[in-house]
Amino acid sequence: MSVSPFLFETKELTKAFGGLIAVNQVSIGFKEREAHAIIGPNGAGKSTFVNLLTGHLPASGGHVMFRGADITRLPAHKVARLGIGRSYQKTNVFPTFTCFENCRLAAQSRLSTSMRFLRPAAAYRDISAMASEALERAGLAAKAGRVAGTMSYGEQRQLEIAMVLATAPQVLVLDEPLAGMGKEESEGMVRLLQDLARAYTLILIEHDMDAVFAIARVLSVMVNGTLLESGPLEQIRASKAVQDAYLGDGAEAY
Amino acid sequence: MTGGLPKRLTLILLVLLAALALFPVWGPLAFAAKYAFLLQKLTGIMILAILAMSLDLLVGIAGLVSLGHAAFFGLGGYMLAILSPQYEAANLWVVLPATMAAVAAVSAVVGFLAIRTAGIYFIMVTLAFGQMGYYFFNDSKLAGGSDGAYIYVKPVVEAFGTTLVNLDSKQSFFFVVLGALVAVYLLLRVVLASPFGRVLAAIGVNEGRVRGLGFDPMAYKLVAFTIAGALAGLAGFLAASQYGFVSPAMLGWHQSGHVLVMVILGGMGTLFGPILGAFILELAHFGLEAVTEHWLLPMGVLVIAIVLALPKGVAGLLLQWCGKKGEGGQ
Repeated sequence: MSVSPFLFETKELTKAFGGLIAVNQVSIGFKEREAHAIIGPNGAGKSTFVNLLTGHLPASGGHVMFRGADITRLPAHKVARLGIGRSYQKTNVFPTFTCFENCRLAAQSRLSTSMRFLRPAAAYRDISAMASEALERAGLAAKAGRVAGTMSYGEQRQLEIAMVLATAPQVLVLDEPLAGMGKEESEGMVRLLQDLARAYTLILIEHDMDAVFAIARVLSVMVNGTLLESGPLEQIRASKAVQDAYLGDGAEAY
Repeated sequence: MTGGLPKRLTLILLVLLAALALFPVWGPLAFAAKYAFLLQKLTGIMILAILAMSLDLLVGIAGLVSLGHAAFFGLGGYMLAILSPQYEAANLWVVLPATMAAVAAVSAVVGFLAIRTAGIYFIMVTLAFGQMGYYFFNDSKLAGGSDGAYIYVKPVVEAFGTTLVNLDSKQSFFFVVLGALVAVYLLLRVVLASPFGRVLAAIGVNEGRVRGLGFDPMAYKLVAFTIAGALAGLAGFLAASQYGFVSPAMLGWHQSGHVLVMVILGGMGTLFGPILGAFILELAHFGLEAVTEHWLLPMGVLVIAIVLALPKGVAGLLLQWCGKKGEGGQ
């Protein structure tokens, strides 16, 4: 075991698409139970970074370490099994399933295997309980029976989070959970994320600076595929380099 | 909500099932001289319905459009022909499991290679494997080549020296096939409600997210492909038992396409839909053929009309009538 102070970290993580280097030698450490936001302008490589972090894309170079083990080469489904749950920038649910079924399927990933053929999924009480709990926590308990595809956009974003919670993760990697949400919906989501930040190691990709400042304790700023600066909220807010590159004069979003 | 169909629909299906099961009672009264022929016809349709259901597991549930599924159907038939002694009856308790195991093994190998592809490429690869199967039996001396092979003596169903069912009796065979149809339907319903079935249905809806949640879609697709292949093998075994004859055409892409049409017409992903699709397509064929030798023309019109009018197939219409709003990928 390494003596790294981090639960989850990247070491010189790099991703090249042909000649384009989308993520260039990015080293970021995430401490346990710390809410860490990654910000940066569009095209900074944030989403690619998340995809590398969660095994959704193979890295071109560098390493991803989780609890001291190198997980760089693990495929996405194995990364998820380690307890690294992620949500997606674009709503990514099972639209023909009910809310509850979406979460129950997510919770099923906690079974040692889902290669079980005869007993109905509904008979696995622990799994159903996990699903209900996740819905409750994400504020969707009342919508359990609704078919996901018929819910409002904001509710589907909540479901997205509920599904990640139902997998009983240790780390939550949330890719722009507020994307496309109205003001009121955003406020509810920010409260939910603040609540989650107390219980989980949270890695948040987000454009909305107000939300980021309300949730995260640590910020990493990416620009053009490289890590510009990483540190506590106040340090980043005061950083001249970050202000020049990204934040503008005040702390104005976008 | 993963379980049942709407009550009214269940009732409709049970009535249809009862009408079918009682055909040996009302058939002779209604059709007199034609009864024996129709009994065989219905038996044949039920066998195709089993094949269609097995394909639905892939096409309708897992989103894997296979155009080579008949290869496993044909292989099941050929396995019976190969395993049957020439002048004696084979023991069903031996040849049926052996056939299904062999077909499952071949499906696992084909599936292992095919599921690496997706979409149009999956269609191409399964088509290619299907045609390989066709030409294997067409060109080899193993079982009669392009002439096909006969199974002179039907398998016997025995227990402790007593014959339980005489497959030579057309009526008994009808009931055996009916039993198989119901058993396969119920088995697939159970499997679909299981954790495995839920993951498989989710793959059909959104494979990327299934992976993101911690499941390896490849493993689930491979098992589904193997189960579907084994059940197609069962259908092929029954078809070969019925006609006492197998030919390479059983494996060909024509047959694969024919079953795919049954699944689509009937309603993908519903299991009971493909059964209805098999009956509608085959009975329409039979009816139109009796009227005109150019039956393919009105048949084409019928298929186009159903597909245009009912994008979710006959099953979709029934589900709508019976007031089922959402379907959990079933």
